[in-house]
Amino acid sequence: MNRYPVWKYVIIAIALVVGGLYALPNFFGESPAVQVSAAKPLVKIDTGTLVQVEAALKTAGISADLVALEGNSIKVRLANTDAQLKAKDAIQKTLVPDAANPGYVVALNLLSRSPAWLSALHASPMYLGLDLRGGVHFMLQVDMQAALTKRAESLSGDVRTSLREKSIRHSGINRNGQTIEVGFRDAATLAAAKIVFQDQFADLQTVDAAEGAEFKLTASIKPEAARRIQDQALKQNITTLHNRINELGVAEPVIQQQGLDRIVVQLPGVQDTAKAKDILGRTATLEVRMVDESTEARGAEAGTGMVPFGSERYLERNGQPVIVKKQVILTGENLTDAQPGFDSQTQEPTVNLNLDAKGTRIFRDVTRENVGKRMAILLFEKGKGEVVTAPVIRTEIGGGRVQISGRMTTVEANDTALLLRAGSLAAPMEIIEETTIGPSLGAENIAKGFYSVTWGFLAVAVFMCLYYMLFGIFSSIALAFNLLLLVAVLSMLQATLTLPGMAAMALVLGMAIDANVLINERIREELRNGASAQAAIHTGYDRAWATIFDSNITTLIAGLALLAFGSGPVRGFAVVHCLGIMTSMFSGVFFSRGVVNFWYGRQNRLKTVSIGTVWRPDGGSALKTES
Amino acid sequence: MEFFRIKRDIPFMRHALVFNLVSLATFLAAVFFLFSKGLHLSVEFTGGTLLEVTYSQPADLAGVRNTVAQLGFADVQVQNFGTARDVLIRLPVQKGVSSAQQSNQVMAALKEADATATMRRTEFVGPQVGDELAADGLKALAFVVVGIMIYLAVRFEWKFAVAAIIANLHDVVIILGFFAFFQWEFSLPVLAAVLAVLGYSVNESVVIFDRIRENFRRYRKMNTVEIINNAITSTISRTIITHGSTQMMVLSMLLFGGATLHYFALALTIGILFGIYSSVFVAAAIAMWLGITREDLVKGGVAKKDIDPNDPNAGATV
Repeated sequence: MNRYPVWKYVIIAIALVVGGLYALPNFFGESPAVQVSAAKPLVKIDTGTLVQVEAALKTAGISADLVALEGNSIKVRLANTDAQLKAKDAIQKTLVPDAANPGYVVALNLLSRSPAWLSALHASPMYLGLDLRGGVHFMLQVDMQAALTKRAESLSGDVRTSLREKSIRHSGINRNGQTIEVGFRDAATLAAAKIVFQDQFADLQTVDAAEGAEFKLTASIKPEAARRIQDQALKQNITTLHNRINELGVAEPVIQQQGLDRIVVQLPGVQDTAKAKDILGRTATLEVRMVDESTEARGAEAGTGMVPFGSERYLERNGQPVIVKKQVILTGENLTDAQPGFDSQTQEPTVNLNLDAKGTRIFRDVTRENVGKRMAILLFEKGKGEVVTAPVIRTEIGGGRVQISGRMTTVEANDTALLLRAGSLAAPMEIIEETTIGPSLGAENIAKGFYSVTWGFLAVAVFMCLYYMLFGIFSSIALAFNLLLLVAVLSMLQATLTLPGMAAMALVLGMAIDANVLINERIREELRNGASAQAAIHTGYDRAWATIFDSNITTLIAGLALLAFGSGPVRGFAVVHCLGIMTSMFSGVFFSRGVVNFWYGRQNRLKTVSIGTVWRPDGGSALKTES
Repeated sequence: MEFFRIKRDIPFMRHALVFNLVSLATFLAAVFFLFSKGLHLSVEFTGGTLLEVTYSQPADLAGVRNTVAQLGFADVQVQNFGTARDVLIRLPVQKGVSSAQQSNQVMAALKEADATATMRRTEFVGPQVGDELAADGLKALAFVVVGIMIYLAVRFEWKFAVAAIIANLHDVVIILGFFAFFQWEFSLPVLAAVLAVLGYSVNESVVIFDRIRENFRRYRKMNTVEIINNAITSTISRTIITHGSTQMMVLSMLLFGGATLHYFALALTIGILFGIYSSVFVAAAIAMWLGITREDLVKGGVAKKDIDPNDPNAGATV
């Protein structure tokens, strides 16, 4: 009765092998590495870069354990942190000659030391959270109200222009928070205005009311449009953050949306929080100016003369100098959108800009007077300006839709559009949560978590072996198998392991032993009541199962609640807790039964089992009360 | 080895009233301290900035306090954390100063006063996050309570669900009472521990209830009190050993886990101890007073021996 069919043993064997394989990378540890990735979309990482990196290392006299091109980055594995820092400097010098305009991100990282065949199986070590590896965590809140107010402001300008174009007379347009109020003298103009709103402003919904002698129209942004605006603002901010973080040289930054209006940024390994905060909190501004095309300016551009009075010299993104006038025509505030696209006739990549009403008016006037001249769009960050693009004005541009085309690849168009948006759209952000963990603390936390699990495990295992003898050994093996499975599953899912996660691991082991205690106690009880050895094992496992299942479900309910409502450290705890409960059901019941069956199942005439003292009260007792 | 050489069923239920009065007294004391002293909430809940700084020599707390006070921040708490060389500085949310500036300013000032000061950890939480965390914590608690009650009501019977939840919620209140009385820091990991304890000690009640149900089936001549006594007696060794094992793990965390896991492990310890007490003495007694009967649990009458395949309780029989 205590025999498993072959397929059950096969399942156990598969679980052992797969669990072992995926848990294995954790034992190899990690070694210091340098990671090279592209800082700009234009820069490609290919075998050419690889040769450059190898050459740089050779000249610096550093021998790397491994130099490999993986996806979009080059990874260089080194023997120690000393070599790591040297290698970083050497590579940086070769690949990034101009620190102000980096083409590559050269970052310190850790690489798994597991052999290549394991990596080929996608077996990698558990992903360590910030509290275990050190780094910075930020949570930023995007000010959505500000984004909406900004949008309402630009819409109110548009409304003014539209009404004027249609010659609808109004007695004033006011923006009140996120609503636009327009006054009219009579009902007829109000009705005409309503038609304009319906035709031209799909994002607005209107309510009209008579106010004394006046007719008032109140327009507000539709909820679905508001949602779209918020979504865009958030996406925009995430893109901007990505670009800025590239500058910091972080190997594996995490930038994620959380909820509707929050962004989480995690920078493992970054210690200079002041710099990180400075970069994250930076605001970019966009300015449109005219290019100075006088002869002096051309001379200055070629590098032979002085920059004329009233003009400034800036560099284009390809490094070419451009002399632009100091007078600002437009700022990023007037730009409502910038998207890459294609010219409908030539199929060339383009960047399409949308201007608000004020911007449109100014732009029309300026372009009319300056056909054939060049206009420059500059992006200022940290007080440092850069010319994003300097196109020639072909014709007068009205209507607020501007197309920039010519000599651009699709990637460049994307890049330019992104930069332009970075300087205009982003809604303000505020840091609402911040955690910095020093690297020494991270290493200490790993040690603490490790010792907690190890000593706890050993104590429980020793006790079980003493108290339940051979069955205690079986239980301990099952417990060890549980730990192996848990580590394997965590590695497979690449779930983030944190210190509370390690605590959950210890706790889960402490709780998992409950299943085996229940089983062993039941078997003892059956033996005490006079069952034969085989029958006792059988009924012991069967009866305990229902109880084990029930109690695990209740624990799982608590775990799921933590997972659903928890954040940060609680979530790290909950993930391990829930997974641990699942693996414990498998190992504590199915696996341990397999071991017991393997050991005892074949012995038909089994007289005794080694499960410690089975104490029987003398004679009849209340325990043995039968019906 | 056998620790539990119990000759006859221990009449636990004879003293049910006494046990419950003890339990009630502890509960009321916990509630009293919760209201009079309140919980010492961590920065995660209150909002503010926390800095952990380490020095090469034992730190001069008064000096640190002075340095920080000179920056003009109000209500600054400075205390040792773990060892004498580690200092924990807590700053409440300050108006007009951004978090970024706050921690940088403090760190710069401390470095100036003593160059060996190195930053180990900083944490800043905005006030809006704190309120949310508290709300989420309560939601999680509600979810656990409702989830467990529904499960127990389906698996057993509503009387058991009520009994188990009363017994275990009172554990939660007692843990909180301890944290209020000793003014231990109540942080997010502690909250996780409290909820984990809730799920865990319900286990305990489940094991006993399972036994009660089984006994109702097996021993038809016993009355409810005898059935409960027998169920508790026959599971008591398992209860003590399991909790002992879990406690060994928790103890290992308490000893090796360092300051971060200290209160987490402490909450678990209290939870485990009171979990045993409440499951054994309180939950079963409440179920008894609510009037559980054989008919509630053994569906389809007592005489029917064969198992209905649709019976939700079928899993527990053999």
